[in-house]
Amino acid sequence: MTKKYDAIVIGAGHNGLTTAAYLAKSGLDVLVVEKNDYIGGAAVSRELHDGWIYSNCSYVCSLLRQSIHRDLNLTKHGLMIVPYMGTTNFTRNGDYLAEYPDEAMQYREVRRHSKRDADAMHRYYTDLMKYAKVIRHFLLRTPADPTSFKPRDLQEMAFMAKKFMGMGERDIYEFMRFMTMSAADFLAEYFENDLIKAFYATSSIIGTALGVYSPGTAYVLLHHVMGDVDGAVGAWGLARGGMGSISKAIHGALQEHGGEVMLEAEVDTIIVKGGKTKGVALTNGSVIEAPIVVSNLDPKRTFTKIMNKEDLPEDLYKKAKDFKIRGSSGKVNIALKGMPDFPTLPKGHMLRNGSMQFLDSLERMERAYDDWKHNRWSQDPFIEMTQSSVWDPTHAAPGNYFVSCFIQYCPREVEGGWTEENKQAFGKTIIDQISNYSPNFKDHIEHMEIRTPYDIEKEVGLTEGNIFQGELTIDQLMFNRPFPGYSQYRGPVKGMYMSGSGTHPGGGVSAACGANAAREILMDLKRPNIVPEDEND
Amino acid sequence: MSKQYDALVIGAGHNGLACAAKLARAGKKVMVVEANAELGGLAATTEFAEGFKASVAHTLPQLTDKLVKDLELHKHGFSFASEHLETLGLKEDGSDALRVTGDTVTGVSQDQVDAYKRYSAQMQKFAKAIAAFWQKKPPMIGDKSWASVSTGIQFGLNLRLLGKTDMREFTRMIALPAQDVMDEQFEDEHLKAVLAWDYTMGNKLAPRSPNNAMINWLYRLAGDASGFNKLPIAKGGMKGLIDALAASATSAGAVIKTNAAVKKVVVDEETATAVGVELADGEVVHAKAIISNADPKTSFIKLLGTRYIDIQFTHRINRTRTDGQTAKMHIAIKGEPKFNGVSRADGRMIIAPKMSYIENAFDSSKYGEIAQDPAMEIVVPTMHDASLAPEGHHVISITIPNVPYKVKAGWETEKANLQSAILNKLEAYAPGIKDQIVASDLLTPVDLESRYNVTGGHWHHGELALDAWWMNRPTYEASQYKTPIDGFYLCGAGAHPGGGVMGAAGSNAADVVLAASK
Repeated sequence: MTKKYDAIVIGAGHNGLTTAAYLAKSGLDVLVVEKNDYIGGAAVSRELHDGWIYSNCSYVCSLLRQSIHRDLNLTKHGLMIVPYMGTTNFTRNGDYLAEYPDEAMQYREVRRHSKRDADAMHRYYTDLMKYAKVIRHFLLRTPADPTSFKPRDLQEMAFMAKKFMGMGERDIYEFMRFMTMSAADFLAEYFENDLIKAFYATSSIIGTALGVYSPGTAYVLLHHVMGDVDGAVGAWGLARGGMGSISKAIHGALQEHGGEVMLEAEVDTIIVKGGKTKGVALTNGSVIEAPIVVSNLDPKRTFTKIMNKEDLPEDLYKKAKDFKIRGSSGKVNIALKGMPDFPTLPKGHMLRNGSMQFLDSLERMERAYDDWKHNRWSQDPFIEMTQSSVWDPTHAAPGNYFVSCFIQYCPREVEGGWTEENKQAFGKTIIDQISNYSPNFKDHIEHMEIRTPYDIEKEVGLTEGNIFQGELTIDQLMFNRPFPGYSQYRGPVKGMYMSGSGTHPGGGVSAACGANAAREILMDLKRPNIVPEDEND
Repeated sequence: MSKQYDALVIGAGHNGLACAAKLARAGKKVMVVEANAELGGLAATTEFAEGFKASVAHTLPQLTDKLVKDLELHKHGFSFASEHLETLGLKEDGSDALRVTGDTVTGVSQDQVDAYKRYSAQMQKFAKAIAAFWQKKPPMIGDKSWASVSTGIQFGLNLRLLGKTDMREFTRMIALPAQDVMDEQFEDEHLKAVLAWDYTMGNKLAPRSPNNAMINWLYRLAGDASGFNKLPIAKGGMKGLIDALAASATSAGAVIKTNAAVKKVVVDEETATAVGVELADGEVVHAKAIISNADPKTSFIKLLGTRYIDIQFTHRINRTRTDGQTAKMHIAIKGEPKFNGVSRADGRMIIAPKMSYIENAFDSSKYGEIAQDPAMEIVVPTMHDASLAPEGHHVISITIPNVPYKVKAGWETEKANLQSAILNKLEAYAPGIKDQIVASDLLTPVDLESRYNVTGGHWHHGELALDAWWMNRPTYEASQYKTPIDGFYLCGAGAHPGGGVMGAAGSNAADVVLAASK
């Protein structure tokens, strides 16, 4: 007879580990079961080749909640976030648009391309930060159910109303507009230069099966600027040692409080008896019992794969089936012997250290999306190339470079399937794109890893390889995430919970979903709440 | 000193006329000035070829019973030529068209018929929950008046009264793109495309565009003048309705002046109040209320002038999205048109075999190109009303979405390209029709702009989308028909609830003007 636990968390992604850490900290006997032989889910650092650390899924960090970082003592457990310099965008005509941390430098840089847009920048950032600050109030809170008259829901709605009213009437109207707009329309309200618009629009399509002209992408843009690095809202950083350091640090906190992780333990079914969860059955045939089962898997996988249809309310299976979780991103991680040349910039130029993109216009980005619609990877893809090892030397030995390329768009299905041949062709498209701006890039490649949505689904377990565990469209945000009526982390069965990015506040390495889930579980167990509130700006 | 009116309406579109009629019937002295020779604006009926008449707008789904009654339109000669057109999904191979009418659909499998019944019932439930709000002034957050507060409460209550399950579905579905709504409900690709049609019409939206589609569909369901969820057309074409509106106004004493373009709105410098208009011929007409049926950009930027408005407000008006996305083609033909798989061309015929077909056409328009496979909506009004064409002849009225306002190659060359794409597609679905053509008139968004003085040639005077809806239409501080300039009001489609031949904007604006004059 195996040991019985108080709670089982399925999936050792960073959110699952966070839920487990808080439950353990509260004194519960917790087990995390993970199908892979490593922890972290999509927040991993993997030594795929000797001496090279690949942050092979998520690659940069900003959304991680500071209060959780501090509360779980993640620094003590080895986590260090290194801010990195912004992104330089190379254009076809041999020019570039850089992003500087200094406001005056940034003004001059944008002014080089458009004087009017340089003047509009202040207005743009002011407005964006206003929206970010309102949203930030809700990240570590459980969304209210608008159909409920329970005191807690009414209180939460009152809290929301108060925060919104604090913006003032005009900004509430602006915010209402903002939430449903396209990034292109939103940016057109500030900027006229197509390159500048494209540059700012990149955040609006990352991980999203929409184009810059699609309504709803303005919010996705906000989703990428509402995080912070040590309180600097909008800034992004790298986790030293790769993104796996985040998972490792949370795992450290879990161990500190006596929680356990079982690797290579893939769940076959969540066992339900008499309307209550009883534990999980693993694919290797063993059964582990616990009255509480938390799924850190995406909602579609949770309700269509590891729960029995007959255990679910009638409508839930359909909701899960209709849940929008679309693979739209790929990754190509590259190990380089020496630093390739980018002739646009003189050797040794500081901008060579930042991230790199290759864009000219919104139209180019939109055409990349059109390819995705037709089940093709983008022939002229958007690439965000982050030179991780420049800022975090643990990735590669001195003189070597590790770069992480994030690619939009790459579909889950392509004609002929994701054969090895197609996969290599996708990789070639990316290398060719970079080579357009760096002729000797190819010569430096030591080895590389090509990851299509198919690979991400297969390895990490994310349905369709969607990095956010579900599209960030407003029909799947706040009290609608993952489905209306199920936004408070509780599943349809007593004792069953959800903690993944498929819940509010959504994707990104935030640990907020996991922390919120832990708070709800502790509440149901009538234990004191030990999950911290967010730090207010 | 010229004659002083209580109210002067700029533009004799259907909203302007509805506003004028309502004010006149309330005892106000009203004048309407119209730049063109014909009344109606985008709802005007023009004789595009000798003996052939057609209008840009061709159906009347949004017309409400309340407006018809309030303005006694039946007494003034308005009637329906048909109270309900069937929607027909044409099939290129000549097999029987798919037919959608009210709550039923034919030409698809039984499970799709059942799915349609469920879908239709749910949509009607949603539409009824919000239908009342199209007829009301939008509330404002800072407006503590009872009218505003009660409208807000009523809105919340109506949603809640849908019941927990439907309210949740409403909050989710309102943001879904047409494609997701259809994929969730149906299997039949052709049915999906036909039902998705009204989700994006008139707007720069594709089946895959989130957030705005459902609101357009619920809006389209709003009318009840011919019964809920019906698709009527007027006797005598749109002219039948426009003449009735004008008669309702003039019979109550309103004066309508055509060929009278407004040069500018006259503003009293000291009080910054709109006091009259100056016409193109130099004549100045004074009125206590100046009500513009023109689109917001024309109203504020051209006619009023930015000199009198705050820079931020100006910016907000300028940013309203007004690039039209819809073209119109009138075709005069000899004999009766014969479409594949349709015994009588008396329905609303849609050419869109699947949603990706519409999406592809939209993709061309995104880049300022003409789609070679256009999606089209075709009505033959003369099948219901012979008075619109000489005997033995017919008028085909085609609406073509996904036509960009700005084309890369320029309209000088692309208009012919668009025309041939439309005619080729028409010929494919109605073989031999090209030989029947006597005359035709193609109106691109740019033509609509210049002919009807509508910025961008946009059907709705600006995108009808969630970010430009209700209290944000056209922008806050002008969404209650009043504007920051005293004495200056909006009554056109750029104001709530938007375009479509509904008359609600005009009627709601009249209520506001009447309340202000008390």
